[in-house]
Order: sequence, then structure tokens, then C-alpha cells
Amino acid sequence: MTQLRVRVWRGGADGGFQPFAVPRQASQTVLDAVTYIQRVLDPTLAYRFACRVGMCGSCAMTVNGVARWTCRTHVDKVARDGRLEIAPLRSLPVVRDLVTEMRGFFDKWSRAEGVFRGARSRRDAFERVAPRSAQRLNVEAGIECIGCAVCYASCDVVAQNPEYLGPAALNRAWTLLNDVRDVAQAERLRAVAGDAGCHACHSQMGCTERCPKGIAPTASIAGLKRAAMRALLAGEL
Amino acid sequence: MSTRGETLLWVAQRASAALLALCVVVHLATMIYAIQGGLTAAEILGRTRGNLGWLVFYSVFIAAVVVHVPIGLRPVLGEWLEWRGTSREVFLVALALVLAVLGMRAVLGVFG
Amino acid sequence: MRGHPGHWAFLVHRVSGVLLALFLPGHFVALGAALEGEAAMDAFLAWTDRPLVKFGEWGIVLLLSAHLAGGLRILALEFLPWREGHKTMAALAAGVSLAVSLAFALALTR
Ligand code: SF4
Ligand code: SF4
Ligand code: FES
Repeated sequence: MTQLRVRVWRGGADGGFQPFAVPRQASQTVLDAVTYIQRVLDPTLAYRFACRVGMCGSCAMTVNGVARWTCRTHVDKVARDGRLEIAPLRSLPVVRDLVTEMRGFFDKWSRAEGVFRGARSRRDAFERVAPRSAQRLNVEAGIECIGCAVCYASCDVVAQNPEYLGPAALNRAWTLLNDVRDVAQAERLRAVAGDAGCHACHSQMGCTERCPKGIAPTASIAGLKRAAMRALLAGEL
Repeated sequence: MSTRGETLLWVAQRASAALLALCVVVHLATMIYAIQGGLTAAEILGRTRGNLGWLVFYSVFIAAVVVHVPIGLRPVLGEWLEWRGTSREVFLVALALVLAVLGMRAVLGVFG
Repeated sequence: MRGHPGHWAFLVHRVSGVLLALFLPGHFVALGAALEGEAAMDAFLAWTDRPLVKFGEWGIVLLLSAHLAGGLRILALEFLPWREGHKTMAALAAGVSLAVSLAFALALTR
């Protein structure tokens, strides 16, 4: 196969696919193919990337119907008969071509109290956190999130209910709920419980299936449900 | 619905589910045993009439059903039929009442 | 996102739940027939003694065991420590419900 046949989404929400022919190369990533199109075939193509090594979370797109981080996705793995169909992420407004508006996605992180709130100042001593404690291990399981929104675009509940905070924001809230230094846990639980929060999740695990970092937001959300239950029974919710 | 209300529904749904899991296993095992060689009213009623343990078991079973069914239907109505708001909650409470009345009527009918 | 095991488990769980909710009131009314005495109940049982109804009964048991297995899957997901085996859980749920309904079918035809 010397040529890849790539159909790329052009325009806004009411746009359409445009075909391109891209030379096939060894170890080529989907992002390489998109970059080739922009550099060589059509400089007006809009798309996002930064690190190219799976750290920044900016390059996620829908590749042959599945949300993926394109910089770490090899063409070998996803092309069908030398064909690729590349579209913007689902459930996010399209700005143009492959670029989506991420504001709503990250606003939900703040709405889920996804911000660390500590009580110590820099004049205080460091807090000691036991590395093998249960809470620290919970943090460990979810902390490597790069904010790529692959999980968010893969979640059917997000697609149906625009208010739903979604797997990434809830996973973030869970890592903070397990941070012993944080002092805003009651507010956080109130922010994430309810039918726009963890209780909307159907444990369908689209997010967990797709997260490129191997995180299981479904597990984090289950943790939030249990924490909300404990708070309710203790009269603290 | 409120944060607390939604959490309460979740707890009620999981608690009733755990109870139902036990009840359903017992119920299914009984049925598989009972239907061998066909069913007759005399056979069924002979087993159940005046049997207090049986009455308690099925009353608990019905109570768990009354809790579990409406809460389970709630998101289905919301997501598949776009039915949310007060009218949905009223309908679900009514459904719970109907299930409770019909269910207990059946249990008492077979018991007494 | 469709077609992965978690989505199938969810759909089966939801559809079986809705169908059971529809079946239950009828089930209660039929049993309530015992209120009118043995004769009424026997009349009803005679009605159930035909292949189509038997098939329906088997279907109900399949739904019930499928919903049970799916519910156990959710309880395990939410309350047990997270394991990697969650994909096999969907398959396990399907297997358990099939086994139970087969046992019922066997008892039904004897
Ligand atoms: S949880 Fe995974 S898929 Fe979701 S934003 Fe974080 S890294 Fe991306
Ligand atoms: S497990 Fe919950 S958050 Fe994840 S995709 Fe499913 S519904 Fe969405
Ligand atoms: S470009 Fe940074 S994660 Fe892909």
C-alpha cells in the first residue's frame, strides 16, 4: 500500500468529508497523516496538536468512528483497507475542521470541584502522605489523565445529557477526594452527586474502554457514588 | 432532583437490588422445583396457605419490587422518552402504589 | 459508543428490566385470581398449559435471570475493588442467565 485514502471532516457542524491521498510510510501515526495533509495538500486545514508524544492531550479526534489520541495511534492499527476517516470529537461543538471547542469540557472540571483546595501556606511544613495508603493508591490510578476528552466523546450519557459532568471531570474530582491535603471535600461531594454527576453514569464503560492512559473513570465514578452514600448516611450531604 | 434525593434513590436502588438478588434466586429455585410434573392450584395453595415464613418472604420480596421498579424506570423514562419533571415523579409514585396493592393482594390471596 | 461488552450489558439490563416491569402487574393479577378460589386458579393454570405460553414463561425466566446477572455485575463494579476482569464479567453474566433459564426450560418440559 503506497497511498492512504483519507477522508477528513471540513467546516463546522454542517460540514462534510473531503478526500485526500496521503503517501503511506513506516510507523506513520494518524497525526502524521493529518500533518501531511496540512503541510503539503491543503494549508487551510485546522487541527490541534502540541507534544506529539501523548502528554498534552490536544490531538484527540474521531478515527474510523472511534475517539483516539492521534499522535500515539499508528495508522497500521486503525486503517481499514488503507482508508481512514477522521472527524472531530463527538459531543463537543466543532469550531472548524478537526478543532472542537473544549471550553465546556473543562468548565465541567471546575463545576465538579476539580481544583485543589489546600489549607497550608508555603511557611507550613509538608504534609506527609503515605505512598502505599489506600487513598494515595486511588489517586495513583486516576492522576495520569491528560485531559484529552477521548472518554468524554466515548460516553453515551454525555451524548444524551449535555449537563452530565462526564468521566474526565468526575475522575479528577475522585483523585482530589482522595487527596488528604484537600479541605473542600464536602463541597466537592455536593458538586459531583446527583443526576448531572456520578449518579447519571450507567457503568457502561465506554470511557474505560477508550482511555488512552489506561485510566478507569468508571471505577472513579463508582468511588464517588460510594462516597456520596457514606456522606448521606452520615448526614453530611 | 436534588443531590441528596438522587443519592438516596441510588442507595435505595442498590439496597433493594441486593435484597432482590436473594429473593429472585430463592423464587427461581422454588419455581424450577415446583413446576416439575405440572402445576395445580391445590398443590400451590397446599404449600402456601397459612405458611407464615412464606408470607414474610414474599412480603419482603414485594416491598423490594415496589422500591426497585419505579427507581429503575425513572432514568429510562428520562433518557428514552424525554419524560422528566414532576409529572414523571407522580407517575412513578402511583406505579409504586399499584405494584404494592396488586402484589400484596396476590400474596395474601395465595396465603389465606 | 456502541458495540463493546459494557454497552451490550447495559442494553440487555435495561430492556429486560423494562419488560419485567411490564410483566409484573399481570403476574400479580393472575396470582390474585387465587382470591376467587381454587377453581379460578386452575382455570388460569389450564390456560398457561399451552406451548406458546410456556415459551413465554421461559422467556420471562430468561429475562429475570439476565436482569439478575446484569444487576450483580453492576453491584460488583460499584462495590468490589476494581479488577481488570470486567470484560469477562459481561460474558459471565450472559452465561449464568442462560444456564438458569435452561434449567427452567428443562423442568418445564418434564
Ligand atoms: S480520563 Fe483518559 S480519556 Fe479521559 S481525558 Fe483523561 S486521559 Fe483522556
Ligand atoms: S462508565 Fe459512565 S462515564 Fe464512562 S462512558 Fe459509561 S456512562 Fe459514561
Ligand atoms: S499531541 Fe499531545 S497528546 Fe497527542
